Amino acid sequence: MNALAAIGEILVLIGTFFYFLSALGLIRMPDVYNRMQTSTKSATLGSLGVMIGVGLWALGSDFGSVAWLTKTVVIATFLLLTNPISAHALIRAAYKRGIPLWHGSVVDKYHEYIESKAEKAESVEGEGDAE
Amino acid sequence: MMGINIYLILIAIATLLSMYRVFRGPTTVDRLVAVDIMTTITTGLMVLFALYYKRIIFLDVALVYAVLAFGGVIAFARYMEGGL
Repeated sequence: MNALAAIGEILVLIGTFFYFLSALGLIRMPDVYNRMQTSTKSATLGSLGVMIGVGLWALGSDFGSVAWLTKTVVIATFLLLTNPISAHALIRAAYKRGIPLWHGSVVDKYHEYIESKAEKAESVEGEGDAE
Repeated sequence: MMGINIYLILIAIATLLSMYRVFRGPTTVDRLVAVDIMTTITTGLMVLFALYYKRIIFLDVALVYAVLAFGGVIAFARYMEGGL
């Protein structure tokens, strides 16, 4: 086992740890928004670790070639780009369905944004009536 | 190459732990978030399986699985929102 394989194995270990953290956050957190927050971020980081680690590990082994690293980097980049999109779409759907926030939550920026937009629309309509 | 068995078992246990939220979750979106995380973890499991069997062609399976899971989750999210 040479240095590349050792670095790859350490990266895979770190990625596995973050996978565990994401599964734990999915179980322990109180409402759907907190669950999405903890699990998506740590699962994305864990995927990066596992996939680039597998590429380096195969490159350091006797059967490996550069194609392993290239393909794993492609998969890791795809997951890095698409995981936040799917999580955002899911949470937007949850908010639109009216699932309430946990009672300990203090800030709801999206609600403030919707209210400020409604106030602005009302003021614009009022000006139109005055003219 | 001995440590890869341990990593495979640990990632499989993480998948089972997220399966708990799929069965338990109070709302539908809870289950969808859990399925999203489960597909992400399963993609990592498939990449590790490619290393376990020493076949590079299994990496393509993982890539196609990631693409299909992303499309499915986006479709379900739009359906939940009522815009499909």
